[in-house]
Amino acid sequence: MMQHLIVFPVVLPLVAGILLLYQRQGLVRYKRTVSVVATVLLLLVAIGLLRQAASGEITYYALGDWQAPFGIVLVLDRLSALMLLLTAVLAVGAVVFACAGDDEKGSNFHGLFQWQLLGINGAFLTGDLFNLFVFFEVLLLASYALLLHGGGKARIQASVHYVVLNLAGSSLFLIAVGILYGATGTLNMADMAIRVAELPEERDGLVSAGALMLLVVFGLKAAILPLYFWLPKAYASAPAPVAALFAIMTKVGIYAILRVYSLIFGDSAGGLEALEQPWVWWLSLATLAAAGVGVMAARDLRLLVAYLVLVSVGTLLAGIGMRSPQAVSALLYYLIHTTLITGGLFLLAEMIGLQRGKAGTRIVKGRPMVQGAALAMLFFVGAIAVAGIPPFSGAFGKALMLNAAEGTQRLWLWPLLLLTSLASLIALSRAGSTLFWRSHRGTISGTPLSRCQWFGVIWLLSAAPLLVAMAGPVSSYTQATAEQLATPQVLIRTLLPDAGDAQ
Amino acid sequence: MELLYAMTTGVLTASGLYLTLRGRTFPVVVGLTLLSYAVNLFLFSMGGLTTDGAAIVSEGAGFADPLPQALVLTAIVIGFAMTAFVVILAMRARSEVGNDHVDGKKEDRE
Repeated sequence: MMQHLIVFPVVLPLVAGILLLYQRQGLVRYKRTVSVVATVLLLLVAIGLLRQAASGEITYYALGDWQAPFGIVLVLDRLSALMLLLTAVLAVGAVVFACAGDDEKGSNFHGLFQWQLLGINGAFLTGDLFNLFVFFEVLLLASYALLLHGGGKARIQASVHYVVLNLAGSSLFLIAVGILYGATGTLNMADMAIRVAELPEERDGLVSAGALMLLVVFGLKAAILPLYFWLPKAYASAPAPVAALFAIMTKVGIYAILRVYSLIFGDSAGGLEALEQPWVWWLSLATLAAAGVGVMAARDLRLLVAYLVLVSVGTLLAGIGMRSPQAVSALLYYLIHTTLITGGLFLLAEMIGLQRGKAGTRIVKGRPMVQGAALAMLFFVGAIAVAGIPPFSGAFGKALMLNAAEGTQRLWLWPLLLLTSLASLIALSRAGSTLFWRSHRGTISGTPLSRCQWFGVIWLLSAAPLLVAMAGPVSSYTQATAEQLATPQVLIRTLLPDAGDAQ
Repeated sequence: MELLYAMTTGVLTASGLYLTLRGRTFPVVVGLTLLSYAVNLFLFSMGGLTTDGAAIVSEGAGFADPLPQALVLTAIVIGFAMTAFVVILAMRARSEVGNDHVDGKKEDRE
């Protein structure tokens, strides 16, 4: 039973999604129960896997019992266990929030939601490059449909851009995988790491072309500077629970960059070592700057949060660009914080929009809110956390990032990161004071929000104080994860015991 | 055969890229389809082109690399599903926005 636990994060959402196909409309209670139960079970499985991986042991699951490098393997190490748990925590908040009524605005919300989880979990677990492509497609196809959930002009326009861009990205992914397969003769990432280390010199050009093409694809998913223009519109127009789940989608791209380039193009790759590093480093700084401007310019709360996602992407990629275990550890801590908090803020923006009636989430004067005080408190917590001010988790994450920069990196990262934080702070305080204090005089009307929605938001935003309270264990886990990533030989030896001598 | 193969892939990619950059949804969809054809051909050639080889494996004689064949099959299926989806999406966009421009703008910038 225990050795099959690794495949559960893929199988569980798949089965739940199939169960939810039964009658697309109606049976609301049945669907909500199945979906919430499946997501909570996923959370328990993820906790189990995290405990298993925390010992530092790398385990794998050979699908169909075909051993690596010939079959597809699911690999569980500290990083994938952490990402799985993060996805599950985020999904619980989002799915409970959706049960308040968002799920009935279109058909088959819960089924698509589960399949999106299937794709995300698969992408985090797989040890095979082509399989990564397949799971990317699964999560993308589900996300296309979820983005359109509920319909409307803005969503369809954002979807057209999102879908076309990602289809072009998929073509590029296949070309890159093809090149890497042609040059190395394998698709298993651990095996590829060995082959790249022994690569004849004339193939260096081919492999680096393939690797940089992969960077473009992952950069598109992660929304790095020249490839981020789809993000603000898509995230701002998506339904709230979907936008909250999408908070993990950019992190899938970041995870893929971290995984592929630390494993395949690590220390042993010779001339190809760290070939992505200069690109990621400079583009991440540019992303930070652009996101800072976007945050200041946003005139809608949801758009503002979408640009805050972009700020986090820039910060995380800067961590990858520094390429030291300390920076990776800092970025993982920041990643947990930013995923949960931005997810929570998307949900909160929806609640604020619901209570303000016609003014919605636009940052203009509107009617006073029924539950304004409680919403304002939550907004305050979320805003302080995301802008990176003590006492909440954002401050810790950013301090760790700043501390990880060395030498001239400090010269670039410190002013940019601090200025972007200032920009977020200004934009958020302006938004908060307009939304909560500058309202029309008049009677307070509107209906109170449902308990599901409160639960979803509080579940996600409580990460802000909790991550501070548990900063010790969390950061020692991320530290261990970063060390594990820095020594890919262990993973390679676990997967391919025969090839161990080559390393 | 290599030359013909490479030229076919190149022409398909170039046409696909050109069409994808057009302003209206129909050429964009056709462009994406051409691009996916080109990608399938490209993937297929990545194991090396073999003529008169056994399909999977044979004693002594040369055989074609079976893995790209499996990859192409997967890529075709996924590409087909994605094309179907994007066609429906383009139609929805046409009916909701009122024109078939990818940006949803009224003015004709063809």
